[in-house]
Amino acid sequence: MKMTMKTRRGFFIAACLIPGLILFFLFKVYPTIQIFHKSLYLWTGVGDKPKFIGLQNFVDMFHDDTFLLALRNTGFLMLVVPVLTLLIALINASLLTQTKLKEKGFYRTVFFFPSILSFVVVAILWSFIYHPTMGFVNAGLEMIGLGDWAMSWLGDQRTVLWALAVTLIWQAAGYYMVMYMAGIDSISPDLYEASGLDGATRVQQFFHITIPMLWEIIRVTIIFSINGVMTISFVIVSIMTAGGPDRHSEVVMTYLYSQAFTNSNFGYAMAIGVFIFIVSVSLALISNKLTERGSN
Amino acid sequence: MSANQASIKAKKKTSASLGKLALRVFLLVQTFIVVYPLIWNVFASLKTNQEVMESPWALPTSFNWDNYVRAFTTAKIGDYMINSVLVVVMSMGVLLLAAVPTAYVLGRMKFRGRSFLTNFYMAGLFIGGVYIIVPLFIMMNDLSMLDNRFWLSAVYATGSLPFSVFLLTGFMKSIPHDYEEAAMIDGSGYFGTLFKVIVPMARPGIITLIVFSFFDFWNEYVLAMTLITDDAKKTIPIGLANLMQIQTFATDWGSLFAGLVIVLVPTILVYALLQKKLTQGMMLGGVKG
Repeated sequence: MKMTMKTRRGFFIAACLIPGLILFFLFKVYPTIQIFHKSLYLWTGVGDKPKFIGLQNFVDMFHDDTFLLALRNTGFLMLVVPVLTLLIALINASLLTQTKLKEKGFYRTVFFFPSILSFVVVAILWSFIYHPTMGFVNAGLEMIGLGDWAMSWLGDQRTVLWALAVTLIWQAAGYYMVMYMAGIDSISPDLYEASGLDGATRVQQFFHITIPMLWEIIRVTIIFSINGVMTISFVIVSIMTAGGPDRHSEVVMTYLYSQAFTNSNFGYAMAIGVFIFIVSVSLALISNKLTERGSN
Repeated sequence: MSANQASIKAKKKTSASLGKLALRVFLLVQTFIVVYPLIWNVFASLKTNQEVMESPWALPTSFNWDNYVRAFTTAKIGDYMINSVLVVVMSMGVLLLAAVPTAYVLGRMKFRGRSFLTNFYMAGLFIGGVYIIVPLFIMMNDLSMLDNRFWLSAVYATGSLPFSVFLLTGFMKSIPHDYEEAAMIDGSGYFGTLFKVIVPMARPGIITLIVFSFFDFWNEYVLAMTLITDDAKKTIPIGLANLMQIQTFATDWGSLFAGLVIVLVPTILVYALLQKKLTQGMMLGGVKG
């Protein structure tokens, strides 16, 4: 009797775990093992037999000017976008929670909205916003007499990355704001009251209460935001610029994709995948280390 | 002295209301930056091609509803939408069937390998879609899983699995043990307990999961673009991206903007209905990227 109870329990546990594990192995674990394994091969096409070449793909990567440019562009976005996004989110969140405006809920609803839009919709919309003739950025500049500043924002090497960065910030700032607002709401109001009686200004409160109390949330959002840029930049770039002008907005993800599906360089593309994977995990670890309480 | 105090108080009050005014202006400018692109899109969807190209800030002179008609007839937005609905429903089904039992077992039953499996799923949080898209594509090609809406849904469900297991395990742990003991004594088996007792109790967690996953599945682009090639099976994001490329040559901007609006409407409706759940969920589940 006891034995059957035990087998029944074991059977139940297995039945619950197996569907998830099959999916996880098939669509996540196996491809992950594959990118590490096949990154060591020269493999140029589905019908082709992969040939072992050791670390040659990784060596090639650092002699590949386009890859290096893509890496630099990605680095730029991964630095600029999280910093500005989180800063704007933090400022808005503390303004909305601290000042007790009646229409606080309205701003929260509106600012959050872009983060649930499809990246494709965001990308198409912003392609037209920046459009040299149809877009309202240039038309707006002309209206206020700054027509000389009008330019092809996505077609110019100097502005293209900033233009993409603005789009990414527009998309994400409200999301992190809501997260911070939830965090600030859970800070005891006594802290603000007491420091207010001591004569602390709102700015001092922001730096001495809000930021330290939210620190754990901020740490997590830094990592999420860096990873977010990695994924979203693929969609934004492939729709808005296709890496142009002259590869000046190419990011590593779009480069990986075009190596694999345009050039059929599967081995090389997987090596890039391995490299990006290692870089993002290290970035997460580094930022975790840097933002530890002790060093603050 | 009291007059002095009163004047200080009045000064404080005016500076406070001035501050509030500045704050409102600051917030309204941001509101404008967020909302204007969307309003502009709605206007553009009602304009003629001529108007779209000439005057970005002007209002449409008349309502060109046939932009919308063309979005459905020529651009086939409706077909893409049906595919999207199908994929979202199937993904959600697969995800719930896999995630709920897994989270239940990992969160509430003791067995060997439990903590290993939990960490194993956690590691999956770090593996995003694009890194592994090449081997995924090759494997699915070998197994003839390409161009199939069900397998695309299975891939979507797997992508959300690590986070879902993480979120639901937390929920499962918080349900008191008495409930399932009582159910067991009443003679419901393990499966009966899971579906009749645990699932209803974990409902808030499951709803949060559904809300988040809806937007992920509805909006996904990279996998859908790679794993589906047959035009008749494409989802909305791919349809829109294609439409944009076509319209660059065909210059039928009106129907592209109409297409964007058609896609925005369900998103706005779901958002309006579930806004509370969504922002609450962000607090419940901690955070999600």
